[in-house]
Amino acid sequence: MSMKLKALLKSPWVFHLSTGSCNNCDIEILDCLTPRFDIERFGMLLAGSIKHADVLLITGSCNRQSVIRLKRLYEQAPKPCLVVAIGECSLSRGLFMHSYNCPVPLDKIIPVDVYIPGCPPKPEAIIAGVVKLIEKVKKEKVESKK
Amino acid sequence: MIYLFYLIFYGFLLTAIVGLLASWIDRKVTARVQYRVGPPVLQPLIDIVKLLGKETLIPKGASKMTFLGAPLAGLASVILVSTLLWVNNVSSNSTFLGDLIVVIYLLTIPSVSIIMGGFASRNPLASLGASREMKLILGYELPFVLAVFVPVIKSGFSIRLGDILNYQLQNGVIIGSWSGFIAFVVVVMCIQAKLALVPFDIAEAETEIVGGPLIEYSGSGLAVYRLMKNMLLFVLPFFLMILFMGGLRFDGIHLLWGILKYVGLVAIITVIRNTNPRVRIDQAVRFFWGPMTVLASISVIMAFLGL
Repeated sequence: MSMKLKALLKSPWVFHLSTGSCNNCDIEILDCLTPRFDIERFGMLLAGSIKHADVLLITGSCNRQSVIRLKRLYEQAPKPCLVVAIGECSLSRGLFMHSYNCPVPLDKIIPVDVYIPGCPPKPEAIIAGVVKLIEKVKKEKVESKK
Repeated sequence: MIYLFYLIFYGFLLTAIVGLLASWIDRKVTARVQYRVGPPVLQPLIDIVKLLGKETLIPKGASKMTFLGAPLAGLASVILVSTLLWVNNVSSNSTFLGDLIVVIYLLTIPSVSIIMGGFASRNPLASLGASREMKLILGYELPFVLAVFVPVIKSGFSIRLGDILNYQLQNGVIIGSWSGFIAFVVVVMCIQAKLALVPFDIAEAETEIVGGPLIEYSGSGLAVYRLMKNMLLFVLPFFLMILFMGGLRFDGIHLLWGILKYVGLVAIITVIRNTNPRVRIDQAVRFFWGPMTVLASISVIMAFLGL
């Protein structure tokens, strides 16, 4: 695996974006930073600016207002950039499946690397999801070398 | 040739290694204060390697030269300062007259480079952060320079760092005298602001203006800024050690004392950073121009009286 990617997996700075969620998923994400879960021991930090981020954590149902911003933020993120969908809403629009305001789920808009289900998912589930993301990227790299 | 060796080995490599380690100590102590585990030892290095591998984005309409040149100017000045300090520390008779003034000048350039980068990035929040940084420089430079007068007066009006070191070698450290101690307290406050740490991280307030001048930086630009900040975390306490605590000596037990002095200073900085809330910019300027300048003036007068 290249040095670049190895370092990326050891210090993934996350940017947290809500596309119209009910705030439960966002609070669970912030829980991961608290002393009990402490994701800084894996080198993860919550980045304030999208230009510093390596991983996009997206919550919410992607409504018409926020889809424009979501696309713009994804374009602004410096690549390589990974995307994690957190919570039922961003996976399948959840409760808002038939809403006029949520036309398409998240993975029809931008490529998603890992899905974390739950309404809201527990902090343990979020950390497990990020671990799966790291393993997935590692495996992809090994396979592409073969 | 020997100066090139100093520049590359001491000025850059050694300072970068110690600075990265110090920033790890800072993060680990912060984590322990908050009952967290904290990052592994190599984390600051991994962060910088990762940032070097990322894409570097330049905002539309920004001045490309200034945007990418500003971090390099800051890093270059930090390397120069640390080279000067190391040369003084290793052979205290081989430097030129007035290097104290050069060091004080060069220590302002990292802040100036952050201002340059902030204004060049064409982002309203970055401009706001840069203007705050500018006010902060105006605030802390006055008490900083006043307090640095104390070692100058004590060592018989010499503006050569080597003379200050030699004076302390013969007459005991300057922090041991009353005027030296007061000046030391003032300078610790000033380097807290120079390092842009809480309570004086107004310019970069992560939770308020999301990184301030650094908001538009990504990839290598941000990596250079982070390296610059980590190296400053070594250079500024080292400057303090030379001025007030007799520097770092390499013979026998003195090396241990030197390391203890440095770790103690980093611990003081970290504890101040972890036990204070962020102040507003007007409060910071009032703090530096009020109590700190008064204290620094008192210490200068006391040094004149020989206390």
